[in-house]
Amino acid sequence: MTVLVTGASGMLGRAVAEHLLGQGEAVRCFQRRPSGVGAEDVLGSIEDDDAVEEAVRGCTAVIHLAAKVSFTGHAAEFDRINVQGTDRLLRAAERAGATDVVHVSSPSVAHGGTSLVGAPAGRADPDHARGHYARTKASAELLALDRCSASFRVAAVRPHIVWGPGDTQLVERVLDRARSKRLPLLDGGTALIDTTYVDNAASAIVACLRRMDQARGLSLVVTNGEPRPVAELLAGICRAGGVTPPEWSVPGAVARGAGAVIERAWLALGRSDEPPMTRFLAEQLSTAHWFDQRRTRAVLDWQPTISVDEGFERLGTYYRR
Amino acid sequence: MVALPGIDPSWSMYVDVPSTSGADAPGTRHRWHYLDNGVGTDGSAVKGTLLCVHGNPTWSYLWRTYLAAGLAEGWRVIAVDQLDMGYSARTGVFRRLAHRIADLEDFVGAVGLSGPLVTVGHDWGGVISLGYAHRNRQGLAGVVLTNTAIHQDPTRRIPAPLRLALAPGVHDVGTRATTAFLDVTLALARPALERDVRKAFRAPYRRVADRQGIANFVSDIPADPSHPSYTALTGTAEGIRSIDVPVLMMWGPHDPIFSDPYLEDLAQRLPHADIHRFERASHLVQEDADTASTAMEWLEARSVGNTAPGLRPAVDDRTGGTATNAAADENALSGGAATGDATPYRPLGRRIHELATGPDGETTAVAEMKPTGPPRVLSWRELDDDVAAVAAGLASLGYGPGSRVSLLVPPGVDLTVLIYACLRIGAIIVVADAGLGTRGLSRAVRGSAPDVVIGIERALIAARAFDWPGRRISAAPLSAVRRRALRVDASLNDLRAARPADATPERSDADADADADADAAILFTSGSTGPAKGVVYTNRQLSAMRDAVESTLGLGPGSSLVAGFAPFALLGPALGATSVTPDMDVTAPRTLTAQALADAAAAISATVVFASPAALRNVLATSSDLSADGRTALGRIALMLSAGAPIPVPLLEAVQELVPAAALHTPYGMTESLLVADIDLDGIRRAAAAADTGLDGAGNGVCVGLPVHGARVALSPLGAFEGHSTSDCDRDGGPDGGLRGGSRDDSRDGEAVGPPTTTPGVTGEILVDAPHVKDRYFRLWKTQQDSAHTRPWHRTGDVGHFDADGRLWVEGRLGHVVTSPAGIVTPVGLEQALETLDAVRLAAVVGVGPAGTQAVVAVVETASAGRRPQLASAPLAAAARAIARQRGVEVSAVIEVAALPVDIRHNAKIDRARVAAWSARFLSGGRAGSL
Repeated sequence: MTVLVTGASGMLGRAVAEHLLGQGEAVRCFQRRPSGVGAEDVLGSIEDDDAVEEAVRGCTAVIHLAAKVSFTGHAAEFDRINVQGTDRLLRAAERAGATDVVHVSSPSVAHGGTSLVGAPAGRADPDHARGHYARTKASAELLALDRCSASFRVAAVRPHIVWGPGDTQLVERVLDRARSKRLPLLDGGTALIDTTYVDNAASAIVACLRRMDQARGLSLVVTNGEPRPVAELLAGICRAGGVTPPEWSVPGAVARGAGAVIERAWLALGRSDEPPMTRFLAEQLSTAHWFDQRRTRAVLDWQPTISVDEGFERLGTYYRR
Repeated sequence: MVALPGIDPSWSMYVDVPSTSGADAPGTRHRWHYLDNGVGTDGSAVKGTLLCVHGNPTWSYLWRTYLAAGLAEGWRVIAVDQLDMGYSARTGVFRRLAHRIADLEDFVGAVGLSGPLVTVGHDWGGVISLGYAHRNRQGLAGVVLTNTAIHQDPTRRIPAPLRLALAPGVHDVGTRATTAFLDVTLALARPALERDVRKAFRAPYRRVADRQGIANFVSDIPADPSHPSYTALTGTAEGIRSIDVPVLMMWGPHDPIFSDPYLEDLAQRLPHADIHRFERASHLVQEDADTASTAMEWLEARSVGNTAPGLRPAVDDRTGGTATNAAADENALSGGAATGDATPYRPLGRRIHELATGPDGETTAVAEMKPTGPPRVLSWRELDDDVAAVAAGLASLGYGPGSRVSLLVPPGVDLTVLIYACLRIGAIIVVADAGLGTRGLSRAVRGSAPDVVIGIERALIAARAFDWPGRRISAAPLSAVRRRALRVDASLNDLRAARPADATPERSDADADADADADAAILFTSGSTGPAKGVVYTNRQLSAMRDAVESTLGLGPGSSLVAGFAPFALLGPALGATSVTPDMDVTAPRTLTAQALADAAAAISATVVFASPAALRNVLATSSDLSADGRTALGRIALMLSAGAPIPVPLLEAVQELVPAAALHTPYGMTESLLVADIDLDGIRRAAAAADTGLDGAGNGVCVGLPVHGARVALSPLGAFEGHSTSDCDRDGGPDGGLRGGSRDDSRDGEAVGPPTTTPGVTGEILVDAPHVKDRYFRLWKTQQDSAHTRPWHRTGDVGHFDADGRLWVEGRLGHVVTSPAGIVTPVGLEQALETLDAVRLAAVVGVGPAGTQAVVAVVETASAGRRPQLASAPLAAAARAIARQRGVEVSAVIEVAALPVDIRHNAKIDRARVAAWSARFLSGGRAGSL
């Protein structure tokens, strides 16, 4: 019995693969670059039929994390990787005789720019998602869950803001900007935000594979269940990284407007790096985002094991090394 | 009829009805529209029929929530569109009140009823439905009225808006030619109607011709006896006096037309009626409040309609409380009901007369300190005499048993005399605290519908400005000009002078005959959360209050007390104790100075002091100004009580230094039961030590001690939240079980649902049973029902638990309980723990987010906080989280503020609801404004 993990070169994918190995599972990783996990690696693109066929061969279960994750970029690329790639993978997996799929998604598939206070997961909604990433992840989740049947079980897990040592998406960017004094707090950073320490996200995803009887067909948001003001989270990351936390505040409305402008300018200039501010990011940093975790925990029979504060300590240890 | 929000299209029906009305030619038929939820029309079981009659200018749409509620509860609900109104026919004939009553009879004859009938009316539909009920007693099982009127007091003008609508030149333009009358009526809704609901109300009145009925209805208002409909109205108004079926009146007191005086008029015609005033609601009370559920609950409680034998709920005559969930934990609660039957009933004022006629008749009964000059003093004989004189004066003005007398007089000799005079003639005293503020006080006075307001000049000015009901009597003499300006009929001295010459002191013992179980007092709550509620006590219950104070504190003849805290202070004469009121502004307890307290104590050689925490704070703050004599006077105090709000131990210890000989008591109670439990400073210390040594249940809250003599206390456990139980999925075994769609029923989280228990450590709503618990809330039927549904207990709305030694610990208000995913968090214990941090002066623990998954937030008052609230510094947040974690609580955010909102009266109770709402805004991003 082999579990295929796609996107294992990323922080979360690697953590999932290692978690499975730790439990004695046979693991195969599938991504473009070597994962470094120490399991069987199949290298290739999710846009390549043959590579995908090869990856799923002999697998009984699939954990699908590979995706284009970015705040900016062109729509077609998101569609090819996130929507068509997921479709290709799941069709191939079913043909190959796999029975269980954990599709890793994002809470943003169900929510626009409004503040979320103890929110339920909600249904994925590509029509109202903000930005190409959320839109294509929403479509991918819908098509994945649509394939769910008694013999081919699919569940969607949506970890919210995953962070930890080696994270380039959030931690490195926060530290970079704080170092160069380009990290403002929006509206004083008072919005409550739920995040997920990477080990917790990984253990929840693996727990889902064990609980497919209960989880199949469901979308489950996963977080630490410890909402904190965004200013405290940023400060915690900064302190762990040895950087002075941000103190200056910008009105959220200004940042959201500026983000929208910068985003368009970046596209027009054809730049491929990440812009300093986008509308999506500004919304993320200035409105509450936290979730009702009761159902997730009951369905997965799972608890996070690393608290936010312990996560900061681990991050600090990582950076002091 | 097109599809409208809140209405099932299948409810909409038409029927052709032959008219027997004198308005129509013989043989005329009219097409009626009505809504019918159809319950029982297929032969299934039905409790009866609610016949709902709208007023002007609404239509059956007003009753849509009743049709839905009836469907769920097994009641057929028929809501009719009156002729010329809604979607019923436009008859082209002016239909007067008498015609409309006959019309309704025609309609009912045509559609038929299922089972017993309950008439339900609003506005002029109330009059018409009453007319029908009066003439059709057969099968009549109940009457429900909402904002209506049956009688126009000929001495009072009809309400200004109606005068305007009737004015020549305005009437036709306002009611028919334009939609002005309709629009103004719909705009009365509080909060404003949703756009689609407003559209639905307007739908049948789009064209000028549609609105002739509206114009005619307004013209048919019998403003005076010459009006053609006056006779029909008067006939109904008098006729309904003999209605003996259960009656429910639900009222929106903000109605500019059918205001409280009309409710009062109906209450006098139907004295057995149950009344609920939805304090924030206006004319369209059905839109502003959930009257349909209340009506259904009332029908059940009053056993109206067909009920299966054996299922009929037991109903208490006075309150309509159903005897459910009363099965107490028998082992823990054995000891019988708290009936207090060991103490025979003695009228509250009996002692005054006994002492006046005894050997101590010339000793001081009451004293009142003045800013300058000697105190005003009455001996027992003088007090008894004055009470008799004022009682006779009130009687001579026509007041007697059942009269409601609103007393807006500060504590002192006059208030004492007035209270005992009212009780002596069987009148009901209405006492609201000026600490409510003018608006809150005005709401309270209006709601209590007083027959007379007796007040100081400031109160009379408010009475005039806000047009309070009732005659006005001035406590102090007023010039003729002031009297006219304030519409004052008499002064307190006039009452004294009005005493008939033949009245002798012997006759003044009339209170011996006062009905022990008649209402004696309406005391208003402090209103620290929401509008103040009127709390009704009978004579027997007031006397039981005195007995509880007497036996708990050992006060009686020979005692002498300083009355710095009103509710207890008024009991002085009843206890036979000498009492003195200190010189202070009682509306602001924090104005009591140490010297004023000492002067009052010295004036009567007092050994007892009643005060509130806010007053004691100021006493301490001013204690350095105390004279040597003052210190001596305070040194004689043997007993000091602090009541009304929790008092921190350090403050109590500081007070102890000022009154070194005094036992310091901090009794626990509320307006609904002034004395529930009692503890003294030593007891508090012992309780704290018990908490430190880990006694089962000790800790997590404010220890208020043991229940007082005659009172039983129990707890109704809070609904437990199954945090991360997996049993649901294991049992359901698949994704089609109860977990799908997040449909878990979490509605019971944080609600007190368990059977009463006294098991140590079990947190629940505090329940009290004592002979001195309130009788009921005044004109708040639903509130009373909620507070008394676990017979015989009064539900206090406070949350707490017992320890293994039987001490009660209070953990906060039920409405302030935080329901986090890890379990229930009560605020007080954690707040006290946070207040042990040096930086924290005061703390509030609140929840934000949906019930069951709330984030716990600590809002702390610090000396260093800036004007704008901000997230606490990292060290403070870490320290606060560490303290919470020791108690098993995860705190999401710690916010620093310069000042937390506290109540006006005690300056101590944190308005946690406001803090929670503000925190939710602050923590969701964007502008939160100031706290």
